[in-house]
Amino acid sequence: MSRTLFDKIWDSHVVVNAGGGGTALIAIDRVFLHERTGAAALSRMAEMGRVVLDPARVFAVMDHIVDTRIGRKDGTLMQGGEGFITETRTACKTAGITLFDVNDRDQGIVHVISPEQGIVLPGSTLVAPDSHTCTQGAFGALAWGIGSSEAEHAMVTGTLRIARPKVMRVQFDGALSPHVTAKDMALTLIARHGAGGGAGHVVEFAGEAVRALDMEGRMTLCNMATEFSAMTGLIAPDAKAFDYLAGRPYAPAHFDDLYWDGLISDDDAQFDREITIDASTIAPMVSWGTSPAHTIPIDAAVPSGPQRAHDYIGLSPGTPIAGTPLNAAFIGSCTNARLSDLRRAAGILKGRRIAPSIETALAVPGSMAVKREAEAEGLDAIFEASGFEWRMSGCSLCFYAGGEGFPEGARVISSTNRNFEGRQGPGIRTHIASPETVAASAISGMIADPREFA
Amino acid sequence: MIAFPQPLTSVAAPLNPGALMDNVDTDAIIPSREMRSTGRTGLAEGLFAPWRYTNVDARTLDPDFALNQPKFARAQILVAGANFGCGSSREHAVWALAEFGVRAVLAESFAPIFHDNCIRNFLLPITLPRPVLERLAGERLMIDLAEQTVSAGGESHAFAIDREAKQMLAQGLDAIDFTLDQSDAIKDWIKSDRTERPWIYLEAQA
Repeated sequence: MSRTLFDKIWDSHVVVNAGGGGTALIAIDRVFLHERTGAAALSRMAEMGRVVLDPARVFAVMDHIVDTRIGRKDGTLMQGGEGFITETRTACKTAGITLFDVNDRDQGIVHVISPEQGIVLPGSTLVAPDSHTCTQGAFGALAWGIGSSEAEHAMVTGTLRIARPKVMRVQFDGALSPHVTAKDMALTLIARHGAGGGAGHVVEFAGEAVRALDMEGRMTLCNMATEFSAMTGLIAPDAKAFDYLAGRPYAPAHFDDLYWDGLISDDDAQFDREITIDASTIAPMVSWGTSPAHTIPIDAAVPSGPQRAHDYIGLSPGTPIAGTPLNAAFIGSCTNARLSDLRRAAGILKGRRIAPSIETALAVPGSMAVKREAEAEGLDAIFEASGFEWRMSGCSLCFYAGGEGFPEGARVISSTNRNFEGRQGPGIRTHIASPETVAASAISGMIADPREFA
Repeated sequence: MIAFPQPLTSVAAPLNPGALMDNVDTDAIIPSREMRSTGRTGLAEGLFAPWRYTNVDARTLDPDFALNQPKFARAQILVAGANFGCGSSREHAVWALAEFGVRAVLAESFAPIFHDNCIRNFLLPITLPRPVLERLAGERLMIDLAEQTVSAGGESHAFAIDREAKQMLAQGLDAIDFTLDQSDAIKDWIKSDRTERPWIYLEAQA
């Protein structure tokens, strides 16, 4: 019987079919924790006197509330944050978990460093108590976000009890136009099909435009499967995926076993739902409201949406989104802070200065490895010359944790994934977009079309 | 562990007067800045902080917010629209709701991670059609988990729940203990998988 890629990974990980309701006990190959939600799992595990089944397959990193200023130590700008860091460190040591610590040369945002280290593998299952774990589905893994209790369950038992989801294929046919990116693909999908559009499903991204993306673009696309309310997203691994991972510290040196060739959906596999999008119809996208579904092409006007969203964001229906004045710009996050993201933003910033109205402009590399590579190419100098601050790696201001913040009442153009009310700080108005749109907008001091800077 | 009450009777608080609120995210349920320790307690005060308080630092209550109104102050049931609990995976959102006293959330749909976090904490997520939710909002409801019904006045509505999730909630079972009973099956599976996929198994750290 023909099967989808998801079916093949699921079937190969069933330990016990629990019977009834489709719930199964699924083997978990990798668990990745961070200090914000992982600490809660580790502390409960210790409290219950439980131990990690196989510590060699559990990893942790400090990324969520670490200071991103140069010269950082354990101290956080968020009050009380240091406790999360020191407790996580101690708990990882006790449990024998591999930790990428604050000043480790391989530290970075969990979903950026997991592929860099070859921890995520095609055909594997990987979970993390972080919603953007779906990012790692770009490598053909079944990787998804869970809560802290489930993280404890996965560490202690090597399994999770889960109800089998439905499977959806989202096919991007044709080719993207110049200066249109994976971020714009994700935002277009959510804008057209809703923030709840993927509910109950695992999404396989396919089609010519997906195959054409490099691994970093594929990670950006899969990253926002959670904003689509899908359990996760994944892409069939091809030579690009295997070449990326081969020889990384925790990955096989070569992917030459027959096993890897089978990691595709069969030609006649049945999906529970299919969506097709013509990639050539996608424009650079920017959010206007307080849900990732409140997103429009950059040359469009604000549509009529929930009144609450208009009130919070301060934009009325009919207002062209381009030209909206800004106070801040942010390039970072597990969505868009890998080397290619920084290169594309720097390409626009080179030889230009950000507008005087931009009070805060941060560039936060997705990992310390990304930071080193960017510096080797001189990208840090371009960011700094343009007026951006160049930081150490971490999640930074993708969300507000109570420490560092944007100026009061700021309107921010951000390469992140969530534009919720208060996400980047109380009263802060967020517009999410691609890194090149952030760069173009920072130069303009208002939301601007990156195609005009090409 | 705390099994789900059989039955649960409570007023159902709508998060928003008038239209049901869609896309209630976990940052709104418990903002990151309210997560102050690695534990699971001390979170109720931060529940819905951006909406519940006119001044978050001073904890000045906003009298217009539903849960601040005497009628709903002790509500054990919340009612909202589509995609409830979207956003961050933080289980703190469920811990905050549970600590506040909420035992069930009725919504048109739930974000998947939030939904599973509810089950693990014996909080019942119930999916019902929007017109039904609009009628139930603000009413005194009875939730019967065994019969899988929500009733108010003369009307009764059936809801679906995964069989295992129902058992976990009804009996207050700890999922880890439940799975540890299957340790032998897990060990056998890993033993055979080690030969099938040796690359998955890594050397322990020195």
